[in-house]
Amino acid sequence: MIFPAIWSILPGPRWVRALILVAALAAIVWLLFQYVFPWVSVTFGIQDQSVGGQG
Amino acid sequence: METVAEHSASADAAQPEAAPRKQPGAGSRIVALLGELMIIVGALLGLYVVWQLFYTDIEANSVQAQAVEELPWAYTAPITAGTVTGDEPQTIPDNLKLAPDTVPDIKEPKFGTTFATFYVPRWGEDYVKPISEGVDRHKILDKLGIGHYPHTGMPGELGNFAISAHRTTYGKPFHRIAELKKGDHLIVQTEDAWYVYRVTSHEIVRPTAVKVIAPVPNEPGAEPDDHYITLTSCHPMYSAAERYVVHGVLEYWSPTGNGIPQELMEVPS
Repeated sequence: MIFPAIWSILPGPRWVRALILVAALAAIVWLLFQYVFPWVSVTFGIQDQSVGGQG
Repeated sequence: METVAEHSASADAAQPEAAPRKQPGAGSRIVALLGELMIIVGALLGLYVVWQLFYTDIEANSVQAQAVEELPWAYTAPITAGTVTGDEPQTIPDNLKLAPDTVPDIKEPKFGTTFATFYVPRWGEDYVKPISEGVDRHKILDKLGIGHYPHTGMPGELGNFAISAHRTTYGKPFHRIAELKKGDHLIVQTEDAWYVYRVTSHEIVRPTAVKVIAPVPNEPGAEPDDHYITLTSCHPMYSAAERYVVHGVLEYWSPTGNGIPQELMEVPS
């Protein structure tokens, strides 16, 4: 469903599509590591260590 | 999935036999969509674990090492004697070990400023971490490591010098906090002075127990009567359910430039 759809939307021959996919995945992982996960961890209080509300 | 697809194919009898599964029915499409969503959610959860357990350490360790490097006055040679080859570094002579009541006042620095370094011989010969102002998770604790609770005492001050750091992940500055024993040394260096504290006690409290960082630990409102240090970290490991707290008192202080505290060179028993 989703995966075949993405594959068919991508342009170019097979190796170009694969390359685009790899680059897109790397970009997604970078965004998650830099912005999304830090926000999740702080917002939901995972791994807090201070006393009081500041942590 | 196989049976659903076959079932819908047979229902669609008008299709030529050569391509019986070209148009899967609604049921199999939903199942396929659900499966793919589950794969994506699984990958996200797995990535989160990798990020939290491994990547945060890599990132924070390099930020913290760099923060120490940027302090030109910070002592970064190995601590504990067994590892020092050649000349032993000069240690502070007894007559320059000054009494706690002579500690000069320091102004609290701006939020985010790294103003001190922290040494704990019990935690290994290369343990040195920066101490920065503030306990904001995102800006201080998740990157710079040890944070100083604003408006608690400054190093050496009469009152309570209270600091906080992660016990796991993000470079885990207080990873081995539970190994500290009564009598262990906690050493703080600022640009102008060394402060040598000794561990007196530890406790495990609820995250709401702000009284542990009161000027007199656990006696909020009391007039400060000694030069305390308090470390807070999470407990149990990998959890945020409770806080592990270590208290200590100042033994002596000394202006920098006269050698290092000999306590840095003592291997804890």
